[in-house]
Amino acid sequence: MDSNGAAGTAIRREIESLNAAKADIESRISALEAQLRDMDHGTGAISSNGSCTLAAPVDLGLEHGLSPDMIYRYSRQLLLPSFGVQAQSNLWKSSILVVGAGGLGSPALLYLAACGVGRLGIVDNDVVELNNMHRQIIHTEAYIGRPKVESAAAACRAVNSTIQIVEHKEALRTSNALEIMSKYDIVVDATDNAPSRYMISDCCVVLGKPLVSGAAIGFEGQLTVYNYKGGPCYRCLFPTPPPTTACQRCSDSGVLGVVPGIVGCLQALEAIKIASEVGEPLSGRMLLLDALSARIRIVKIRGRSLECAACGENTGFTKEQFRIFDYEKFTQSPMLASPLKLNLLPQDSRISSKEYSEIVKNGEAHVLVDVRPAHHFKIVSLPRALNVPLPTLESRVAEISSALKGVEMQDGKGASLYVVCRRGNDSQRAVEYLQKVGFPFAKDIVGGIEGWARDVDPNFPTY
Amino acid sequence: MQLTVEFGGGLELLCDSVKVHTVNVEVPNGAQKLTMRDFLTWVHKNLIKERPEMFIKGDTVRPGVLVLVNDCDWELSGQLETTLEEKDVVVFISTLHGG
Ligand SMILES: [Zn+2]
Repeated sequence: MDSNGAAGTAIRREIESLNAAKADIESRISALEAQLRDMDHGTGAISSNGSCTLAAPVDLGLEHGLSPDMIYRYSRQLLLPSFGVQAQSNLWKSSILVVGAGGLGSPALLYLAACGVGRLGIVDNDVVELNNMHRQIIHTEAYIGRPKVESAAAACRAVNSTIQIVEHKEALRTSNALEIMSKYDIVVDATDNAPSRYMISDCCVVLGKPLVSGAAIGFEGQLTVYNYKGGPCYRCLFPTPPPTTACQRCSDSGVLGVVPGIVGCLQALEAIKIASEVGEPLSGRMLLLDALSARIRIVKIRGRSLECAACGENTGFTKEQFRIFDYEKFTQSPMLASPLKLNLLPQDSRISSKEYSEIVKNGEAHVLVDVRPAHHFKIVSLPRALNVPLPTLESRVAEISSALKGVEMQDGKGASLYVVCRRGNDSQRAVEYLQKVGFPFAKDIVGGIEGWARDVDPNFPTY
Repeated sequence: MQLTVEFGGGLELLCDSVKVHTVNVEVPNGAQKLTMRDFLTWVHKNLIKERPEMFIKGDTVRPGVLVLVNDCDWELSGQLETTLEEKDVVVFISTLHGG
């Protein structure tokens, strides 16, 4: 068994190092292709992995400016009577910035690259993680641990090596947003948090850019176009930020991978319509997707508000005001996905996961209460934990009492009470409550089961 | 008066995770019509089972909730003063931020 385990570890290590080498090679190929493309841009030739001639194309004097390669590549779009060469040429001359290379950005970027947008920018500051893969389909396993921007750019170049792809490997902030966004015609908001959404919308208002905004969580999605030809902006619709408790994140509430995929595809579609000047963009209307009941509803929303703090007649934002606006303070929530770390309890009401593992090892009499929701508990739990989801705690105090009595009867001495959750926030809330209702000895396990996995048992599953 | 109420964007969690409700609501005593103001009070009292602060703030919905009457933003029909009629569909939807 042991030698088997060691061999397995060795194989896993080798796969890991080969994957890293593969990603390196892919990224080098992408960079070289970009270099080659830049060299060719001067001569007007389009190169794609050597399959096309590098010689300057015959000047056919075509008014639309599409090269023979482009005509062939985009032929199925050119054949659409209401799209055709004019729309394709508009696309080629346009530039689109996608903020966020996650669940929404993945399909949006792939379609925007494929359809022939002239210049495509990607902003993101995250790295690819295994728990992204189910929805962020632009990334491949070889890129786990590497910047999402590099991974997304390589995937886009692999689909279409003839467009310009710009990598912005940084978080969008008020300090760089004006500079980055001003270089593009259209912005796609594919972010995952409230402060970024307000910031991107305000910046689009200040710069006069249309914004294609999409959001998804659970089984639901929402989509609309802001700041388009006199239409409303994000603040016209949501002048006051919601309470932080109403801002769910995919990392807490979950999301079915295909749902942001659908919304991201629709974002690409709206961006393509605006860039190519075809059809009616979804401005002044909002699309609501309910994937579980298979319903899509398109509703009429209010127009631009004269009193809007961002785009109103006399109340509008200037660049200077934008630069100093604190969006995290405004929305009371962080832009980066770093989870909240509460500190509600004094040190002597807390123990580390290592200390708890000693308690288990020494067989000390205790009850462990896990306050996560039942569907979390079903994913994984610590041995002999009693699941009492936090919202039900008040009504189940008696159960905890009798569990403690049961352990005390067995051991003939006082039993301790420990509380655990996913990251160590809810467990503190629970201990605060339990200490008030007759369990002054209750303690929480710092860092929750994530801490346990990190510090005690690296094989313990995390999610 | 028969109305349909729908909750979305997570607001359904405040009413036992039921998204669509068909309800009968009476015009208040002495009034000629049912307004959204009346109806909001009715929904608060009869459908919201937990955390009402996630639905109501002051005399209206909390920030971040879109209210749609027959698929149209209630800002366009007079907000709290919107008059409801038989078979109207009212949707309360919380704005999403995830991606
Ligand atoms: Zn506005």
